[in-house]
Amino acid sequence: MGRPLLYRSPMPGLGLSMGITLTMLSLIVLLPIGALLLQGVSYGAEGIWATVNRERVWQALFLSFRLSLFAAMFNLVLGVILAWVLVRYRFPGRRILDAAVDLPFALPTAVAGIALTALYAPNGAFGALFKDLGWRIAYTQWGILIALIFVGLPFVTRTVQPVIAEIEREVEEASATLGAGRFHTLTRVVWPMLMPAALTGFALSLARAVGEYGSVIFIAGNKPLVTEIAPLLIVIQLEEFSYDGAAAIGIAMLVISFLMLLFINLTQIWSRRRIGYV
Amino acid sequence: MIRHHHNVPGFAPFLFFAAPGRDTPEEKQMPATINTRRTVSAQGPAAGRHADGGVTLLAALRRLTGWPVSRLIRGTAAALALAAGGLAAPVQAESLLNVSYDPTRELYREFNEAFAKYWVEQGNEAPVIEASHGGSGAQARAVVEGLDAQVLTLALAGDIDRVAETGKLPADWQSKLPHNSSPYTSTIVFLVREGNPKGINDWGDLVQDGVEVITPNPKTSGGARWNYLAAWAWAEKNGQDPKAFVQELFAHVPVLDTGARGSTTTFVQREIGDVLLAWENEAHLALKELGEDGFDIVVPSVSILAEPPVALVEGNIKTDTQRELAEAYLNYLYSPEGQAIAFRNFYRAWDASAANPEDVARFPELDLVTIEDFGGWAKAQPEHFGDGGTFDQIYVPK
Repeated sequence: MGRPLLYRSPMPGLGLSMGITLTMLSLIVLLPIGALLLQGVSYGAEGIWATVNRERVWQALFLSFRLSLFAAMFNLVLGVILAWVLVRYRFPGRRILDAAVDLPFALPTAVAGIALTALYAPNGAFGALFKDLGWRIAYTQWGILIALIFVGLPFVTRTVQPVIAEIEREVEEASATLGAGRFHTLTRVVWPMLMPAALTGFALSLARAVGEYGSVIFIAGNKPLVTEIAPLLIVIQLEEFSYDGAAAIGIAMLVISFLMLLFINLTQIWSRRRIGYV
Repeated sequence: MIRHHHNVPGFAPFLFFAAPGRDTPEEKQMPATINTRRTVSAQGPAAGRHADGGVTLLAALRRLTGWPVSRLIRGTAAALALAAGGLAAPVQAESLLNVSYDPTRELYREFNEAFAKYWVEQGNEAPVIEASHGGSGAQARAVVEGLDAQVLTLALAGDIDRVAETGKLPADWQSKLPHNSSPYTSTIVFLVREGNPKGINDWGDLVQDGVEVITPNPKTSGGARWNYLAAWAWAEKNGQDPKAFVQELFAHVPVLDTGARGSTTTFVQREIGDVLLAWENEAHLALKELGEDGFDIVVPSVSILAEPPVALVEGNIKTDTQRELAEAYLNYLYSPEGQAIAFRNFYRAWDASAANPEDVARFPELDLVTIEDFGGWAKAQPEHFGDGGTFDQIYVPK
């Protein structure tokens, strides 16, 4: 006797909710990605490879993914600390600070990009400080990094916050009474509980940064081989009415993103197995 | 002791049902909301309905007669529907969408007003004219993908050719109107900081050590393609290898914005760079908006005659009246009044008869090459700006 494909849940509404889920997912996510892949299929594997396998495209992809990774790592550390402060401590203005975390979501990315550029340009408030030190931020890779950190910050904080709120103080106290030092408690008791959520936030932040266009374009400088991000190359291909070329770079980004997210998910599964928690 | 509420005089709720009267029990069961004297509303069991639609309520110890609210709502809704129908009834004004490129905002704002006035004076309904602005290539792509534009006024003939390839306008569109369908032209000049501290007078000065040049990206900006070709033309005329010259020139570019306006912002607001390669009209506009002090315009010895063309999108014309409107719109660009507006907005137009002489005198004579010297856009576009073209070749990894 074979295993049934689907176990009927005692909860009603499976058929309806599943139908709605699949329809919406198809319309909003699967169809556009399918269209992208279809364009790629009609272009052919050699065509895609010929488009992607050029110094300028490799440089742009390398730049985009490298800076996104740095930004996501920065957000991982800063976001966890921020979430910790917001959940564990009581201080005046906490709620305002908590609300401010979501601002990068609410602000149109172009506005964020222009504001950051105005601040970090050599004649801007921060830019002038760094200029005296002989350090240029806007129109360099540093500028791109700052924009990517800005757009990705809320992801880690917002995924980690509820988990920190769930951690019981008794766990830490037990660790302390058993003789663990503060650092030991943090790394061996608290961090393992936070890690799966933090990794989810990291993955979201990374994915967001890889595709970010609106805010980066203003601060990047957009010099080929130096500060040209991969999404800009896609836009340039579209300007040349080369839908195939745009699809090729889009597919390359999709594949790299997929591999990175797969790796992060595997790490997550591994950490859950090891810790057996959450 | 048991207290009976209905024995307390004036305690209303219990008296509703205890009220004496001729009403039948069913009528008492029916609650209703009415308006009395228009402003006061009351709720309670209906005690009687009148032939004229009025309702009598038993409220406390009184009887109130008024109009049911539901009837008032129905009446208001009907009146609103009538009013809405009445508003929609007059003939729909003819509309027109002009899809244009970035720096023409000010020009078409003024021109559209003037044209609407002229069109009404001709005895027509006031038209609804909308203008959309953006990078020339992106605008062309929007029209290719279905943006319902009746008139195209883009930076490059090549961009309109893209739309023509879809069959929305005939392949020979550029011969339909005078001057290659370009009612106004412009050229590329330099905008430098006040007093020209780096001593920039011609293209050759742009590649001196320490000079930073601001230009948009030729891949994404129509204006930047003219910049690039003007630099190329100067090098050719001065016995230099044009490709090596533009390569050196773009090595002096710290920021490549995606559009002409973005570059102007970078140069003016962010104070990056020593010289901005700009449309002549954009440079004059910057001076006008930001004051004469702060910047100077430098006219190089050689530049390019930029002909931003206009065209009627046949495929998007729905009615004969719309065609009339669109044709009149384009022709008005060539009228002395339209040309005067172009001059006032710092474009080099053709007919100065109605223009302010001051607007015309602003433009110095200079040696202008045309796109025909590059074999037309059909040849220049792929050769220089296509995938793997000369612009792609000058960016080689070090």
